[in-house]
Amino acid sequence: MTAPGRAVVVAVVGEIPAGGRKIVDIDGRSVGVFNLGDGFVALRNTCPHEGAPLCEGVLSGALTSPTPGVYHYERRGEILRCPWHQWEFDLRTGRSWVDPDRVRVRHYPVTSDGRHVIVHV
Amino acid sequence: MGTGTAGTAVVDCDVHNAVPRLSALFPFLPDSWVDYCRETGVEGFDPAFYPPGAPLSARPGSRVGDGPPGSDPDVVRAHVLDATGARWAVLNCLYAVHALHNPDWAASMAGALNEWQAVHWLAADPRFRASIVVSLRDPHAAAEEIGRRAGNGFVQVLLPASAPAPLGQRSFWPVYAAAEAAGVPVAVHPGVGGANPLSPVGWPAHHVEDYAGAALTLQSQLTSLVAEGVFAAYPGLRVVLLESGVTWLPSLMWRFDKNWKALRREVPWVDRPPSQVIREHVLLSTTPLDAPPALDRAWVDRFLTQLGTVRMLLHAGDYPHWHHGTAPAALLEQLSPAERELVLGGNATRLYGLPEEAGCRPVA
Repeated sequence: MTAPGRAVVVAVVGEIPAGGRKIVDIDGRSVGVFNLGDGFVALRNTCPHEGAPLCEGVLSGALTSPTPGVYHYERRGEILRCPWHQWEFDLRTGRSWVDPDRVRVRHYPVTSDGRHVIVHV
Repeated sequence: MGTGTAGTAVVDCDVHNAVPRLSALFPFLPDSWVDYCRETGVEGFDPAFYPPGAPLSARPGSRVGDGPPGSDPDVVRAHVLDATGARWAVLNCLYAVHALHNPDWAASMAGALNEWQAVHWLAADPRFRASIVVSLRDPHAAAEEIGRRAGNGFVQVLLPASAPAPLGQRSFWPVYAAAEAAGVPVAVHPGVGGANPLSPVGWPAHHVEDYAGAALTLQSQLTSLVAEGVFAAYPGLRVVLLESGVTWLPSLMWRFDKNWKALRREVPWVDRPPSQVIREHVLLSTTPLDAPPALDRAWVDRFLTQLGTVRMLLHAGDYPHWHHGTAPAALLEQLSPAERELVLGGNATRLYGLPEEAGCRPVA
């Protein structure tokens, strides 16, 4: 498996359990690496809103409602909430919930050679 | 025509017709309640916050004879329609039957009040339209009253801003379901509906506080309507905020949008910024308009940009009240012809489904 950019080994496989995360420094950039169970994602650890350490935030699910009083709760662990203002970001896309087109956090491809977790920056 | 422009069907969206005396409603009230009123010696339900002799309660000349200002259809017609050239006037009767705590008495009084409006006002001039007065003590009875009255000259439901509870709460939804089904908007006007005082923090001591603080209760109600999901549940519903200013709305929308970004998980049915929901569903009367004393086009441009659309604004005279000053007229002067047409009548004609052509005017 190949991906563009420079490959940086950030962890060994098994180091980050499903639902877990590791925050690493890559050339002075702080990056959060998350294990979603079916694969890894990596996001810049800087909230596009005011620069908070986004990847230290709470992981939660996607909450929607078709009508008042009815709650649809899905994708547990895939929505990251910024520790400062609680804006939500989709781990799989880096897009914010409230303004997905304009407020997005940089995310990076992640691959594995079977032994290592590799972020491409 | 006074405030009109050529070709514009002017709609006065806030005219207060008054009950001359309690007994005027007796022909429309079940005998049991007529005798209850007589035997208990109840005097009436004139709202306590517009004493007819107090400053700003009533404009000069609006009080004729013994009745309160606005109680004579001929006088109201002359002042509101004939003198201004308005093509339509929407009557919002503030006789406070909705403040009664007995739900059956309140519903019967509201029904009688509406029938009295039909007989003495709607039949008096084809240019009058009226709001359906209901009591929120029994929202299901209110919904039935809306279903009975809507159409037939009744174009709106009237609710008091100081309702028994925040208006978005689900116990009131039968009212919104009925209004949406009937295709009539729900208006919220300062007034006491039972449990809560005029101000959000308790009873003010002075009339000047009632006037200066009127927007605060409306802000609380608008926030509740959006957050509770009334517009998500009833997407066809329109809400009209009356006699409480307009220029506070941008700041509420800024705050509401900002906090929604962090707290929207509490209210996931609010699936877009609250300001967007408000702009799609809410209109406001421009009387009063809280604006700087020297109102110029630059100020109007900025205000309309912040508001988002001129289609939210409804012209109103607020007859016979007299607390709005000159800002509403100054706003009209600064609007472009197209904007003025919308505010004076176009927005209201669409909202209330009024005929595009003039109703027949009475022969003088």
